[in-house]
Amino acid sequence: MVQTIFSRPESLRLVPTHYCPGCTHGITHRLVAEILDELDIREKTVGIAPVGCSVLAYNYFNCDFAEASHGRAPAMATGIKRTRPDLIVFTYQGDGDLASIGTAEIIHAANRGEKITVVFVNNAIYGMTGGQMAPTTMPGQVATTCPFGRDVNLAGYPIRIAQVLSELVTPAYIVRVNVNTPAGIPKAKQALRKAFTYQMEDRCFSLVEFVSTCPTNWGMSPIKACEWASENMIPYYKLGEFKTPDDPLPEGAAANGGDENAD
Amino acid sequence: MARVLMKGNEAIGEAAIRAGCRFFFGYPITPQSEIPEYLAKRFPEVDGHFIQAESEVAASNMIYGAACTGTRVFTSSSSPGISLMSEGISYIAGSEVPVVLVNIVRAGPGLGGILPSQGDYWQATRGMGHGDFRILVLAPSSVQEAADLVMEAFDLADKYTNPVMVIGDGIIGQMMEPVEFRKMVDPETLPEKPWALTGARGREPNIITSLYLDPLELEDMNQRLLKKYRQMEKEEKRWEEYNISESMKVLTFAWGTMSRICKTAIDDLKKEGVEVGLFRPITLYPFPYEAASEAIEKADELISFELSTGQMIDDIRLAGKGRDVAFYGRQGGIVPTPEEVKNQILKLAEK
Repeated sequence: MVQTIFSRPESLRLVPTHYCPGCTHGITHRLVAEILDELDIREKTVGIAPVGCSVLAYNYFNCDFAEASHGRAPAMATGIKRTRPDLIVFTYQGDGDLASIGTAEIIHAANRGEKITVVFVNNAIYGMTGGQMAPTTMPGQVATTCPFGRDVNLAGYPIRIAQVLSELVTPAYIVRVNVNTPAGIPKAKQALRKAFTYQMEDRCFSLVEFVSTCPTNWGMSPIKACEWASENMIPYYKLGEFKTPDDPLPEGAAANGGDENAD
Repeated sequence: MARVLMKGNEAIGEAAIRAGCRFFFGYPITPQSEIPEYLAKRFPEVDGHFIQAESEVAASNMIYGAACTGTRVFTSSSSPGISLMSEGISYIAGSEVPVVLVNIVRAGPGLGGILPSQGDYWQATRGMGHGDFRILVLAPSSVQEAADLVMEAFDLADKYTNPVMVIGDGIIGQMMEPVEFRKMVDPETLPEKPWALTGARGREPNIITSLYLDPLELEDMNQRLLKKYRQMEKEEKRWEEYNISESMKVLTFAWGTMSRICKTAIDDLKKEGVEVGLFRPITLYPFPYEAASEAIEKADELISFELSTGQMIDDIRLAGKGRDVAFYGRQGGIVPTPEEVKNQILKLAEK
């Protein structure tokens, strides 16, 4: 008797990958696809691909997809979700896309409470353009545009998007997870399940930040890259839920017509 | 519907609703802010949605997203804001989805001023963003025509799955005139858009993108766009001829509000026995070259009147196969008086 215990999710297409060996995009793609399958929402989901390594995300996901300009996926998602609130809308964005060129769009989509889910892949570097410094690059980390390591006197400290966005009152769910350790992956999936479920429940904006690796541009083996992320990124990019729908409104927020019970 | 007295910007907003548009994404900028303000107030009555974007860059990408779901959508802005929107417009053209945008032009360059101008003619007809694309450009000269062209713009955008711009100077946006609206289009009765992102239920996923890494595929897209532009050039040219005859001494060219000042001058000169014609392009792209060419053949002298330093002259020269074109324009938001126009025409007629 043959029993299937592991298979490709229906939400992923059967195609060869273009991602580098050891890249964690594959894990994150699979987790998103598993959630779309498990929540049975593939046929009503629209994804938005960014500019960056995952620019071709629509070649992998087996659902409707749009390709945004650099950093504008949250604006595009706003246009899609507002015109079709019955659809499940998610953006898939890297750290150059979301945390640099797209900061205005992500902050305002979050602050308007767009009912979308953001999958944010933070690998501390620009991957597709060849390893330049990102706003998320760690202090001292070498990149092609900071060949002597990121100098915080010149470039400041890395931006912690989950913390920045959780300062906003409107968003429902802001969480940081990691996919560089086996233990992190099920927790990451759990966070994604919550983020998509909240959207299905019509609660507003959710973002899952994934601490990820880039062995190619970090110049490390895949295993070394996973270890480097644990040693260098996770102490600074703390894991956990930064905001949940059950958080109370801050003092004063309800004063001008706000609803104390709103998500 | 009976005739109502309305400000141009408000008539533009109402016309969009009547065309079946229920979504507006935009950012405030003078002198077009009455469009978003009107819609913010009016949309709830027709189950429409007004969303104020954080910037024009975001607005152009919001309408891009909205258009992807097959919904009629539009935005409006003024010159500096349109420059910021050029990112989204290029992607929209490359992805071949329909949007309507309105540019109520103000004087530039840079922050410029807030008074009327026609200084965005080149931008609209030649340089609306990076890459190899065109947008349809419609230029009304009255509030009535603005309302009619906005409604038509939605049909044209759908027909060509391409951005369509209605361009007016600040006078079109700000003046009040009587307007009679065409019949309300029920958004539910519009044709289906099978390419739209609606969820891949019982079908293969739809992908909307302007990314083609294979050069042959990208060239195919460029050729597909070119075919659309050729069709626009064949089917969409619009223009108005005024007092054009074999006996005219001077043929004037003007678009938008400037053409109405020319008409006043032409009427005055007629009384004085000087025959002068006016050729007014209504589509700035595609420019009605053939019709302009025929009119040019009847005239001794040509002159273009514009609220710029003379951006339409290039197109008139093309229509006139290189013939000299005189020019008179004011800048900075200053609008020539009929007297100024008359004097310029007379100077030319006496040559």
